[in-house]
Amino acid sequence: MRRAAGILLALAALTLPLWIANAYFLHVVIMAGIFGVLASSLNLLLGYTGQLSLGHAAFFGIGAYASALLTLRWEWSFWLALPAAVLAAGIAGWAIGRLALKLRGAYFVLVTISFAGVIALISINWMDLTNGPLGLPGVPAPELGPWSLRTKSAYYYLVLAAVALAYEVCRRLVDSRIGRAFVALRENEALAESVGVDGTRYLVLAAVVSAGLAGLAGSLYAHYTRFVSPEVFLFTYTVTMVIMVVAGGKGTLAGPLVGAVLFTVLPEALRAATSWQWQMLAYGLILVVLVFFLPRGIVPTFFR
Amino acid sequence: MDQLLQHLVNGLVLGGTYALLGIGLTLIFGLMNVVNFAHGEFYTLGAYATFAALTLADLNFFAALGLAIVCGLVVGAVTEFVLVRPLRRESIDTVMLVMIGVWIAMQNGELLVWGGVAKSIPHPFSTTPLTLGGVSLAPLRLFVLVAALGLIVGAHLLIHRTRLGRAMRATFQDADTAALMGVRIRRIYTATFAIGSGLAAAAGALLGPVFIAYPSMGDLASLKAFSVVILGGLGNIAGATVGGLVLGVAEELGAGYVSSGYRDAVGFVIIIAVLLLRPSGLFARAERVG
Repeated sequence: MRRAAGILLALAALTLPLWIANAYFLHVVIMAGIFGVLASSLNLLLGYTGQLSLGHAAFFGIGAYASALLTLRWEWSFWLALPAAVLAAGIAGWAIGRLALKLRGAYFVLVTISFAGVIALISINWMDLTNGPLGLPGVPAPELGPWSLRTKSAYYYLVLAAVALAYEVCRRLVDSRIGRAFVALRENEALAESVGVDGTRYLVLAAVVSAGLAGLAGSLYAHYTRFVSPEVFLFTYTVTMVIMVVAGGKGTLAGPLVGAVLFTVLPEALRAATSWQWQMLAYGLILVVLVFFLPRGIVPTFFR
Repeated sequence: MDQLLQHLVNGLVLGGTYALLGIGLTLIFGLMNVVNFAHGEFYTLGAYATFAALTLADLNFFAALGLAIVCGLVVGAVTEFVLVRPLRRESIDTVMLVMIGVWIAMQNGELLVWGGVAKSIPHPFSTTPLTLGGVSLAPLRLFVLVAALGLIVGAHLLIHRTRLGRAMRATFQDADTAALMGVRIRRIYTATFAIGSGLAAAAGALLGPVFIAYPSMGDLASLKAFSVVILGGLGNIAGATVGGLVLGVAEELGAGYVSSGYRDAVGFVIIIAVLLLRPSGLFARAERVG
């Protein structure tokens, strides 16, 4: 039953551009995919290790800027810039992980927010590198041999591959010894350490992988919208990721993806009826309501 | 030299309001253990309440400030009663998620009510600056400094000299024992959250007329409040007072001598540096309430 559902879902995902011809719908699906990678990456920290990063937009933005700058200034190929963006974000994640994971809970959150704040200010003020608030226009679309992945249906497959990759990375990590160490640290750090789990090492690893995946999403975003500005650091992105993870189900593999689809499609569907401010107001209220009435999220509540 | 003095004076004006924000948050975060990301929204609430009282209700400036503080107290008490109280037994992270929700909801509520265009808040003070020995200070800024210092002293007296303050200190030292001694601790939690929010609203009401009021003004205010609390040590009211003044002066010096673009980075750097190097705050040995 589960297997059949899985095959059907995969089939639907693979053939989606054939039965969704509308460019706008395809755009929404692509954004859902990019947010799916982001939410999965945040979930690795929030869901499995229990540490909330409110600076996740920084890793997303670092990935976006790294990829855009490498392809624009140094004319790297997208296929080199993408891993470089993952690496850049991963290094930032390592630095923040090393620094911050001596701290837990609220203090970790504050350090991640502050880090994102500093990075955002640098993107605005370091005119020579980032072109400041004007941003970097004309980020090239990826090319694959003779083909340009400029069309939405081609880009869809690229994003789909990234979602599959992110899912697989998270699944392998979570199903391994390492994943069990994450959960042990989340549930009871002192106990986990007493049986030989090196807390800081595992938390740094989670931060690196999580930041790297966020960087992957950033690079995909940059080459999709073909424009990067300090807006990639907007706190709104972080908030959206948190909502997706909490709504979908923290600490489940499918939860962040369900949350990402729900919270990309729903606002677009309601766009005609509501303005952006109403949407954000609703996000705030939804977060409060979720904590009170659906604390485990959609996937664990309805599918287990 | 004159320039340095000028920066110091400007820094103290800012720092006085940062101290108010910080004392408010150190009560809520340091003592109640609620990671209140909505703290800056009470600051915004204070500024908009002043604006509304002045332009819609045509109130006197000082009455409007008083009304803004009352607004902060009431909304703070309601927030605690409805959202924080039922989660008393939940983990600190759960409450933090709720407060993030409150933050987003309040901010976008304000955006819907007042629109995205910044409002300038009228005030009755002359715009001719007072000059003394090469340092000039607008009368409004002088008033802000004096009022902030007055409120800081008031908060200290409330916590150290009144029955309510004693009950608060007892509750945060040991809630169970305090309850056994007849302290109604649930009321103390509500009162503490209300006072903390009222102080944030006061800071917004005072600083609003100096700058301008806009819906996202609370974001930076929250982060500054957190950096003040961390600088001063959790739950340390004297520490928050000094921390606020230090942050104000540091920002002003940073903007004056380093780069005005990085003014707001000072608070972030303080958070990171203090948490890594001296997580108990700079004044850990100073008097402690918690």
